[in-house]
Amino acid sequence: MSVAVRQDPALIETNPPLVPGRRDYHDLTEQISTIVEAKVYETPKKYWVTLSITSSIVVLLLSMLTYLAVTGIGVWGNNRPIGWAWDITNFVFWIGIGHAGTLISAILFLFRQKWRTSINRSAEAMTLFAVMCAAIFPLFHTGRPWRAYWLFPVPNTDLNMWQNFRSPLIWDVFAVNTYLMVSILFWYTGLVPDVATLRDRAKSKIRAWVYGSLALGWRGSARHWRHYESAYLILAGISTPLVLSVHSVVSFDFATSVIPGWHTTIFPPYFVAGAIFSGFAMVMTLLLISRWLLNLQNLITMKHLENMNKIMLVTGSIVGYSYATEFFIAWYSGDVYEQFTFWNRAFGPYWWAAWTIYTCNAFIPQIFWFKKMRTSLWVMFIVSITSNIGMWFERFVIIATSLTRDFLPTSWGYFHPTWVDMLTLFGTFGLFFTLFLLFARFLPMIAMSEVKGVAAVERHTFAPPEPAAEEVH
Amino acid sequence: MPQFDIEQIKDKLGIGEDKVYAAMGSFTTPEELVKAGRKVREMGYTKLDAMTPFPVHGIDDALGIPYSKLGWVVIFFSITGTCLALFLQWYTGGLQMIKNLIPFGLSPYPLVIGGKPLFDFSFSIPIDFELTVAFTALATFYGLWITIGLPRMYHPSMNYRNAHRATDDRFLLVIEATDPMFDAQRASEHLRSVGADEVEVVAG
Repeated sequence: MSVAVRQDPALIETNPPLVPGRRDYHDLTEQISTIVEAKVYETPKKYWVTLSITSSIVVLLLSMLTYLAVTGIGVWGNNRPIGWAWDITNFVFWIGIGHAGTLISAILFLFRQKWRTSINRSAEAMTLFAVMCAAIFPLFHTGRPWRAYWLFPVPNTDLNMWQNFRSPLIWDVFAVNTYLMVSILFWYTGLVPDVATLRDRAKSKIRAWVYGSLALGWRGSARHWRHYESAYLILAGISTPLVLSVHSVVSFDFATSVIPGWHTTIFPPYFVAGAIFSGFAMVMTLLLISRWLLNLQNLITMKHLENMNKIMLVTGSIVGYSYATEFFIAWYSGDVYEQFTFWNRAFGPYWWAAWTIYTCNAFIPQIFWFKKMRTSLWVMFIVSITSNIGMWFERFVIIATSLTRDFLPTSWGYFHPTWVDMLTLFGTFGLFFTLFLLFARFLPMIAMSEVKGVAAVERHTFAPPEPAAEEVH
Repeated sequence: MPQFDIEQIKDKLGIGEDKVYAAMGSFTTPEELVKAGRKVREMGYTKLDAMTPFPVHGIDDALGIPYSKLGWVVIFFSITGTCLALFLQWYTGGLQMIKNLIPFGLSPYPLVIGGKPLFDFSFSIPIDFELTVAFTALATFYGLWITIGLPRMYHPSMNYRNAHRATDDRFLLVIEATDPMFDAQRASEHLRSVGADEVEVVAG
């Protein structure tokens, strides 16, 4: 056992334990497993009420998508010149949401940030659900979702040609599908030891079967753990460049075109920073809700929340800096079309949306410079909501303002969403929250094995001072 | 409640009570386990294992568990992924010379779009990268389960009274019967002497 460095008692205030209260391993198992094992009436009523509301919204989403599929994409407000409207906005928005999950689970793992342990599982689940929501939009924007296999390089005789690999849209197909697959594998690998715990605690035949099958016969052997940790490290190692690549590829959809306002090299890092920012905001929203719904205050501590707020401050500032850079480069380039587009963005027909994003993404997160704000639950909840509103509008503004004013003034236009547009977007939120609520209830929302590992280390770090006699040697 | 009826599986596999799997004992903290593991290994045992609810650091050295070579397997598949991506894009875009030799439905249909070349390394990079990552992830995932021999329905350690607590709060030490030094009586005594509780000779 490596000797853990003892925490200086004077610094406990600023660096509190991640698993407070020196609880033993069994308590941790109990607390996390009982959420999953509770009987229907034992789960708080507020949970079932929330779930029934969100699942009704899923029905709404399904009916909107059916309506679109049988009628055609004319039911959306997409027009000329704004052919890429809410569907691409929603796609980029949801993909971005997913990024925080991978960042927390992979990048913070590589940096050995122990505070990730109690939030990584739910953040990874959020990634999966967000990518699923995102995939809906390009799929239905094709107008013929049953032809979706044309997107993949499958030999077929009804098309008789291959995909155009010079187009960033096909890169997107590969990036998003790889991202979804890797996220599922990473999430499931992390889940296996915890599902094994549930299997071993199972009291009913159904539970023993379901969790037993998912656990693959995991028994916690030290030899297995060694390979397991190696595999986990590899998955984290490849997820890190992957997460950076996915939103970069998404930004190529715009950056490789020759539309003013899109044709910029800043897009990949700018999109990635925005994605992490919005994703962290969404993790914050979900964690604050589930922490309250399922009483997880001792596992998702203020330290976790404060750290996340710090990351939001950093990424929000990067996003703000990117906005400034975009304007500067538009001016500095001397390109009149570029200059017009940016002037139009801030003061044109979409000025209200543009100023929403500058306020929500660049200015509001700056209050996290103050510790009092960083540690206030209400403040962080509100900021997490405004950040997501801001980031949705960011994508909308990027897409709509460049298209709304074409090179020819005769083809200028304005986008009005239809009720189908609005209800579809609303419906994806229903799908997202439904999946998340089901996950939180039926799978261990907190990585038990990882939290126990942290608790084992903290047992030394935060051990009460030993008697003087023992400190001599 | 166990997922499977263990007795039934044993019947099918022909495992009788006379066959011994190991001597097992349990500890309440990871530190005790590591200390005990080291002592047992110093006694000369080589076929040792532990069962723990989370990866215990130091146990690998204490029990002499070798490094995982999974990475070497995985990198082979990563390179395969890159090559496949390059081939896919080169074949579907640029391969025209042998067009007539390729079966119908698989033949490339060269499209000139925006005056871009039919194949170039530079535009193939995103998909090269994505497929490398996809192959790496799949190889890691399946490689892990194949390496450690899971999934499996039955393992003799399931016969240990407290096996279910190895995923909860107990740290088990295992001296396997395949060890040349193994003697059920002696191994149990050795486990007790290093401080193990609930020492049992496990059949299966």
